[in-house]
Amino acid sequence: MQRQDPLQSPFVPFSPNPSLQQGTPTATAPLKHSLTASQSSNLRYSSSRKSIYDRHLNRTQRSELSKSSFAFLFGEMVQYAQKRVSGIQDLEKKSATPSFVPTHVSPAGPRHLKSLSEAIHSLTPRRLNLHGYTIGQRLLELLLWRDGRSAKRETRILGILQFITTTLYRSIFNKPADALEKSRDNEDEYMLIDNDPMVSSYISIPKEMSQLNCAAFVAGIIEAVLDGCLFPSRVTAHSVPTEQFPGKTVFLIKFDESVLEREAVL
Amino acid sequence: MSANKAARIGEEVWKTRIDKVNAELVTLTYGSIVAQLCKDMEGDYLEVNKQLEKMGYNIGLRLIEDFLAKTNMGKCANFRETAETISKIGFKVFLNITPTVTNWTTDGKQFSLIFEENPLADFVELPDDGRAQNELWYSNLLCGVLRGSLEMVQMQVDAHFVNDVLRGNEVTEMRVTLVRIIDDELPPGED
Repeated sequence: MQRQDPLQSPFVPFSPNPSLQQGTPTATAPLKHSLTASQSSNLRYSSSRKSIYDRHLNRTQRSELSKSSFAFLFGEMVQYAQKRVSGIQDLEKKSATPSFVPTHVSPAGPRHLKSLSEAIHSLTPRRLNLHGYTIGQRLLELLLWRDGRSAKRETRILGILQFITTTLYRSIFNKPADALEKSRDNEDEYMLIDNDPMVSSYISIPKEMSQLNCAAFVAGIIEAVLDGCLFPSRVTAHSVPTEQFPGKTVFLIKFDESVLEREAVL
Repeated sequence: MSANKAARIGEEVWKTRIDKVNAELVTLTYGSIVAQLCKDMEGDYLEVNKQLEKMGYNIGLRLIEDFLAKTNMGKCANFRETAETISKIGFKVFLNITPTVTNWTTDGKQFSLIFEENPLADFVELPDDGRAQNELWYSNLLCGVLRGSLEMVQMQVDAHFVNDVLRGNEVTEMRVTLVRIIDDELPPGED
């Protein structure tokens, strides 16, 4: 049975924000055909090797890789996100039919934007956010499974934010976040501060794109974890450079109304 | 340079000169890139392979500099030495693995890298759509990295996967072929 409230909410747990979702799912959606019980998997497995299900969950918990490898990958991801976005914009320009809805941008997207560059600036972070989102979903599952029986279900806003600033942040960046603040103006907003986000350490943003903050990727991870714990929210990354910390980033967390309502009852 | 010496250098550099990050973050990040490509290419896995190779090539062009700066390596005397360097130093310092170099052709221009481990593919299972296991080379980025980085040191190579445990093969194997040594070409008009 489905309740009414969650349906009206724009947020659906375990899936990216609708505003971020990229058009209709394509034929590649994994496991689409294998979900019916009567059909078994057609995947082939190597006979001499353990499948991913047999391996110990903690096997890679402490393992490390070169930071350059991450930086190279992340750089390609950002470039691809940008290229893809500008390509779509061109595509849209060429299409004369007014009813044309590009598959890869949200309906409310670039139509209202004036210039190409503006579109790139506003859409690239969204794509990065989406990348982070898919990672966050998996990280959350991994973290909770690893905690096993001692895993705790966070029900309060402060609890879940603590979980993010310490447990989640430590597990991926080996350090806690630098600060957590509550917005003075808005009840539903919190700010998580990272003085020097690891993901941006080898990235310099050209002047004309100063709006772009590649930590949108991390914002996506945080958002996925919040959504996954049933704290639907929007998370965005904003640069607030200071003299001491030129890369300082604020992750603005805006909770859905339903979260605040629940918090008031608890 | 012997294989042992290469292994020692690799270990040394990895331990002392490499900034490190959580491996799972890298694994998941790569996964997210591949997944996004599969979505964007609408399931055209052959195109995804191509894109991954291209991304890898772009990485390779820049990665070689990082590699040389960190390892202080000089020129390799021959392709066999290059192979050992790639496996025991290159893969070691960037991915903390040392794939086995084997299956040399007699002319010494072609070898295989056998991956016992592949951090890019941890947690991975290919889509069960009847095609991915036949068409997608999940770690194809690595081929591009080799092509790009070796091109910057005057070696044109062809690299492609021939086996992948993700496809149900017993091993993950990449075949690397030296196509030619790129001669130094003088810039036009300077002769």
